[in-house]
Amino acid sequence: MMTLATTRVVIIGAGPAGIRAAETLAQAGLRPILVDEGRLPGGQGYRRPSAGLALDMDALLGTQAAKYRALHARFAELAPAIDYRPETLAWAVHEGTLHVARDGAAATLPFDALLIAAGAADRVFPVKGWTLPGVFTLGGAQVILKDQGCLIGRRMVFLGSSPLLSLAALQYRQFGADVAAICDTTPLREKLLAAPALAPAAATALRGLGYLARLRRDGVPMFSGTTPLAIEGRDHVEAVRFRLGDGEERVIACDAVAFGYGLKPETQLAELAGARFGYDPVFRLWGPNLDADGRARPGLYLAGDCAAIGGADAAEASGTLAALALLADLGGEVTHRERRDMPRLRREVARYRSFQKGLARAFAWPGSRGATAIADEVELCRCENVTAGDIRAAIAADLGPVDVNRVKAITRCGMGRCQGRMCGPALQEIAAAASARPLAEVGRLRGQAPVKPLAIGSAAAPA
Amino acid sequence: MTAGRGADTVVVGGGLVGCWTAFFLARRGQRVTLVDKGVVGAQSSGVNFGNLRLQGRFPGQYPLSLRAQALWEDLPGLIGEPCEYDRCGHLYLAMNDDEKRKLDGYAEVSASYGLDIEHVGPAALQQRWPWLGGKVVAATYSARDATANPRLVTPAVARAARRAGATIIENTRVTEIERRGDDFLVRTEAGDDIPCRSLVNAAGAWAADIARWFGEDTPLFPAGPPQFVTEPFPYRIVPSVQTIDGTVIMRQIPRGNVILAGYPRTAVDPVGNRAPVPPAKTLAGMYHLGQLVPMLRDCHVIRVWSGIEGYLPDMLPVIGASAGTPGLFHAFGFCGHGFQIGPGVGLCLSELIVDGSTATPLDPFAISRFDRPVAVSEKLGREFDPRTAH
Repeated sequence: MMTLATTRVVIIGAGPAGIRAAETLAQAGLRPILVDEGRLPGGQGYRRPSAGLALDMDALLGTQAAKYRALHARFAELAPAIDYRPETLAWAVHEGTLHVARDGAAATLPFDALLIAAGAADRVFPVKGWTLPGVFTLGGAQVILKDQGCLIGRRMVFLGSSPLLSLAALQYRQFGADVAAICDTTPLREKLLAAPALAPAAATALRGLGYLARLRRDGVPMFSGTTPLAIEGRDHVEAVRFRLGDGEERVIACDAVAFGYGLKPETQLAELAGARFGYDPVFRLWGPNLDADGRARPGLYLAGDCAAIGGADAAEASGTLAALALLADLGGEVTHRERRDMPRLRREVARYRSFQKGLARAFAWPGSRGATAIADEVELCRCENVTAGDIRAAIAADLGPVDVNRVKAITRCGMGRCQGRMCGPALQEIAAAASARPLAEVGRLRGQAPVKPLAIGSAAAPA
Repeated sequence: MTAGRGADTVVVGGGLVGCWTAFFLARRGQRVTLVDKGVVGAQSSGVNFGNLRLQGRFPGQYPLSLRAQALWEDLPGLIGEPCEYDRCGHLYLAMNDDEKRKLDGYAEVSASYGLDIEHVGPAALQQRWPWLGGKVVAATYSARDATANPRLVTPAVARAARRAGATIIENTRVTEIERRGDDFLVRTEAGDDIPCRSLVNAAGAWAADIARWFGEDTPLFPAGPPQFVTEPFPYRIVPSVQTIDGTVIMRQIPRGNVILAGYPRTAVDPVGNRAPVPPAKTLAGMYHLGQLVPMLRDCHVIRVWSGIEGYLPDMLPVIGASAGTPGLFHAFGFCGHGFQIGPGVGLCLSELIVDGSTATPLDPFAISRFDRPVAVSEKLGREFDPRTAH
């Protein structure tokens, strides 16, 4: 019989959701295995600087610094009670076993229950020149700053549509970068219309407005409703060309660009573990089907941004919630703590996620109109060098594909190293626009193992 | 609805064989309608390794195989698209003396059908293909062997068939086939009734159902060919390479990626249309590849895939006329070896249908062989995961 002490629970991801889940399980007497790709716990938002690097995290994180410290303190306390495995890549899930690779060697972790807290990735939308050296995603630019204390450039343009635009710009300013411009693609009018939808997390919204006020006070040029035309340069970024809402074209010189259009859940492992997916018309993405506690199917729980974009606070709450659900499913009887905490956590998670839906309106994804505007020669899949024009030509051919997996088979778009994590959302938009179908009808790129590249030498002789 | 849809021949199944059959029939002036439950080339035709291997085939298949290779060699001329056809040669490797005897036996058969097989000893191997690991004791090389991109070929053949006048209907399941005198009436889920004189059952892993509608039982079972591909790196490995024991079947494409297939073939679910790749199988393939080509050990695998193929216990396909129903022709159960012979099968079927006969011997592939118990191939024990349904 399965008892709490012998139940094998594996958690993937040591960000706020994974840490809170591990804490909850450890408190109940389990010793979960916590697998994480990073060298240090914290995930992306609460990433700790590399050892030996004295970064002023208070300056970098501002009002969020206290939460950052609290989470890391909790983890330090928790560490002896769990089996923490950093620098471990989870690359496949198959029939109750997680397949990992660590130090160049593949290994297996059989489990009774799996809790995935794999986080989110940047959502990018291609523009001419986006593959030039010096162009980073917003999240990538922040990682370099927090992890290494490095700047991606001296004179930067922040481009796209994301609440991270202003946050990352402020962080880079604090570390000495000159912010040449923030080019937000969502018009101010649409932001104002989205304002009521931000009410569920007014404090977070106000924090965002505070960032903007500081940037304005510091005289950082900010534009909204812009249309990016090109990132220009010969061998490296030299300028960003864009159009203002009134049609005027601007060129701003810079040596680095950070760009992004919000986040998307990292769902490949959940898919391999058997989660089902549904289309979300607000985010224009496919997400895992879950109940309010994060159950995807028996024995499979999702928490944090990989379940639904919610941000760090939602991640902490949903990590605890999913772990409580797991305990309830194991024990059969609902403990005092579950009865007391689960309803509150459910409300909290729902509130943060509904706020994110508001944010998705205030920082709009370029969508169908944006996809139509991408020129044929713009590269969409940088792993396989597939252009928007290649996609359109394949779809226009006799017996041409409609489903994006078929588009991938014909054009190689999404077949490379990143397995479509980078180009997938834009591919869906281009495919839908080119075939004149609703986005939901062209589907989504199916996940396949290995979720991330796996060295051939990591396999041992088969038993 | 039947208006305008009458056909001389209906082909059920838009895989490689079905599409080539439709192509050649249309070129002979037939009115052909091809119906597929999904899209053309989506199943084993689209996910296989892409091998156009000539050496080491079943002896009775050589006339068909060589005929097919000549068609592959004229691919742009036939269908107007090159589909990454690449006459890269095929290297067959023996790792011990037992395997060397087997290799020599294959070579003798291949040579007897006029194939130019070159025997290469260990010293010459190291010189010509220095990336090979040290344990190979003997090899044969066949320069005429080739590869093509399976994802591109079938849609291209279907397009060419359409240009030649064939009707291609995708995303439509055939629900029923009625015998009407000497003719057939093919009913689809879209409510179309398509009358025809001849019927081709090229429904791949789903073909046994159609054969059964006409009282012909075959022990067809599904299995999948799990494969993986690496990130690209400089192009060094020109021939496709196969160890006799089947643990490594690999090729590098000129853009740099290495593709690996290799036994065992694994369990699939044709009802749910799922062909999972067990990670243990991926790891085993990685290990064997790293042993055979040590320079690849630092390369990364980036993707795996599989598909649903139809197999028969004697590891031979069914190709030819129905034993009991005049006008019905079968072509299925290609046992993971259908890609290379695909165009030849299509051409032979078109001849059977239009001319009533073909000069290419197809006797070993008659469906009537299943009237009696067939000899089970030793490959069933060797090439398959025990969990496949055989």
